[in-house]
Amino acid sequence: MSDMAVVSSGAGFWRRARRHRSFVFGGILSAVLVGTAALSLVWTPHSPYRIDIPNRLKPMSPTYWLGTDPFGRDVFSLLMTGAQNSIVVGVVAVAIGMLLGTALGLLASARRGWVEELVMRFTDFSFAFPAILTAIMLTAVLGPGTVNSIIAIGIFNIPVFARVARGAANAVWSREFVLAARACGRGRLRITFDHVLPNIVSVIVVQATIRFALAILAEAALSYLGLGTQPPNPSWGRMLNEAQTLIYIAPQLAIFPGIAIALAVLGLNLLGDGLRDLVDPRLIRRR
Amino acid sequence: MSVFLAKRLATMVATLLFSSLVVFLVLEILPGDPAQVLLGVDGTPEQLAVLREKMGLNAPAAARYFSWIGNMLTGDFGTSYAYGVPVWSLLEERLALTVPLALVAMAMTALFGLVLGVWAAARHNRPGDLAIMGISQLGISIPNFWFALMLILLFAVKLGWFSAGGFPGWEDGVGEGLKALLLPALALATVQAAILARITRSSVIDVLQEDFVRTARAKGLGRRAVLWRHALRNALIPVITVMGLQFAELLVGAIVVEQVFTLPGMGRLVFQSIANRDLQVVKGIVILLAFMVVAVNFAVDLLYALIDPRLKASDV
Repeated sequence: MSDMAVVSSGAGFWRRARRHRSFVFGGILSAVLVGTAALSLVWTPHSPYRIDIPNRLKPMSPTYWLGTDPFGRDVFSLLMTGAQNSIVVGVVAVAIGMLLGTALGLLASARRGWVEELVMRFTDFSFAFPAILTAIMLTAVLGPGTVNSIIAIGIFNIPVFARVARGAANAVWSREFVLAARACGRGRLRITFDHVLPNIVSVIVVQATIRFALAILAEAALSYLGLGTQPPNPSWGRMLNEAQTLIYIAPQLAIFPGIAIALAVLGLNLLGDGLRDLVDPRLIRRR
Repeated sequence: MSVFLAKRLATMVATLLFSSLVVFLVLEILPGDPAQVLLGVDGTPEQLAVLREKMGLNAPAAARYFSWIGNMLTGDFGTSYAYGVPVWSLLEERLALTVPLALVAMAMTALFGLVLGVWAAARHNRPGDLAIMGISQLGISIPNFWFALMLILLFAVKLGWFSAGGFPGWEDGVGEGLKALLLPALALATVQAAILARITRSSVIDVLQEDFVRTARAKGLGRRAVLWRHALRNALIPVITVMGLQFAELLVGAIVVEQVFTLPGMGRLVFQSIANRDLQVVKGIVILLAFMVVAVNFAVDLLYALIDPRLKASDV
C-alpha cells in the first residue's frame, strides 16, 4: 500500500497517466463536465429560466443550438445549467459517504473485534436498501427535493466506503512500519491518522470517482421520478421526465439530456478505471 | 458447510429485523401524522382523535412495531389507507408483473453477459475483445430509464412494432404479457449485461492463466473445449455472486423502468402511495423489496456453497 502513495505522488505518475487512454479520455470528458457547469454560472446562450411560449418546441437552429422545450426555454442552456445540479448532488453525496464511510472503515480496522463485526453487519444491512428505496422512504416522509436525494444517495454510499476503507486499512495494519510504530508506543488513533489513512487515500479517491458517476446516475433517476430536483431548477433527469410526454411531437427533447448524462458518467467511469490502473500497477496485467 | 450456512441465515434474519426497525422508525416516528394527512386540513380535532384511535396510532411505538412485525409474519401487511383493502392483496397483484419483469431481464442479462464475456476473454486484447469492452463501457454509462425512452422512440414511435407502454395482463395469454415486458426487460438488462460481460471476461482471463488450463491443453483438449468445459466452470464463482446482486438491482430498477412504460407494477404502486401519503403501503413495499434483496443474496450464498468445493469440504 505504501508503494501506491509513492507511485501516485511521483513524477512518474503523470508520465504514465499521459499515455493511459482511459485516463486521458475520461479526464477530458470530466473536465468538459466541470468546465460546462462552471461556465454556466457566468454565461449561457439564453436564460435557462426564461419562459418564452411563442418560441416553444423550436428545432435546432443557430439561435437555439439544440432547440427549445415546451416552455420555449433553450435546451442547450438547460443542459449547461443542469450540469451544475449533477455535480453538486454528486460531490455532496459522495462526500457524505466518503467521510462517514471511511471513518467507520478506519474505526473497524483499528479496533477489530466486536467493533469491526458491528460495522460489517451494518454494511450488510445497508445493502438491503438501494439508493432508490432509501429515497422513496425519505420522500414519503419528508417530501421530494434535491437535499433529500443527496441524503439518500449519501447514505447509500456510506457502507460502500466503509468496506473499501476497512479492507485497505487492514492490509496496512499488518505491515512492518505499523508494527514498528506500535512498538514505539504510538496509540491506535495516532497510527490511523499518521500511517493508515495516508496509505489508503489513493484507494478511496478511485472509489470516490466511480461513486461520483453512480451518484449522477442515481440523481438523474430520482429527478426523472419526480423525487429529486424540483422545477424550475434545471436537471437532466427532470428534462427527460418532461420530454417523455412529448416523445411523439418532439423526440429530440428526449435525446440530448440522456447523452449528457451518459457522457458525464462515461467520463468519470473511465477516469476512475484509469486512476485505479495508475495507482495499483498490479492490476494492469488484467486489462 | 452447515456452519457457513447457519451463519449466513442468522445474518439474513438479523438484517431483516434491523431493516424492519429502520423502516418503522423512518416512516412512523418522523414528523407527519398519517391521520392528519388522511383527514386533510378541514378535519376537526375531534375527528382527528377518533381516526387516530381507529388507526391504532395512540398505542406506544414499541407496541405498534411488534404488532406490525407479528402481523406481517402471518401475512397481514395492514390495510391501505387510500384503497381500504389489505396491503398484501395490492402487493400480490403488482408482484405478478414486477417479478416476471425482473426474471425476463435476468435471463437476458445472463445470456448476453456470459456469452459476450467469454467471447471477449477468448480474444483477449484482440479487436473483438476491445470492441466488446468499449460497448460495455458505454452500456454501463447509460441510464436505464433513458435507454427505455430510446427503445420506445425506436420500436414504438418510429417502427410501430411495440406499444409505447401499458400491460394487457396475463389473462390474454402469456405471449401477449411477455411481449409487453420485452422492451422494459431489455432496458433493464442492457446495463447489467454490460457489467456482467466485463466481470465474466476478467474472471475467465484469470482462470485461463491457471496451471490446470495449461495441463488440459497439453493433454490435447481443443481451445473451445477448455474454454467452455474447464475455464467457464471455474470462472463462474465470482460471476454468480455478481448475478445475485444484479437480480436485486433488477427488482429495484424495475421501479424506475415501470414508470417509463406505465406498467402497473410495484413501482407505480409505490409512487401512487407516496402521492396519497398511504404509508402503510409504502412500508409494505419497502420491506418486501428489502426482503427480496436479502433473500436473493442468501440464495447466492447457498449456490456458492454448492459450486465451490472448498466451502463444501471445510466448515468456513
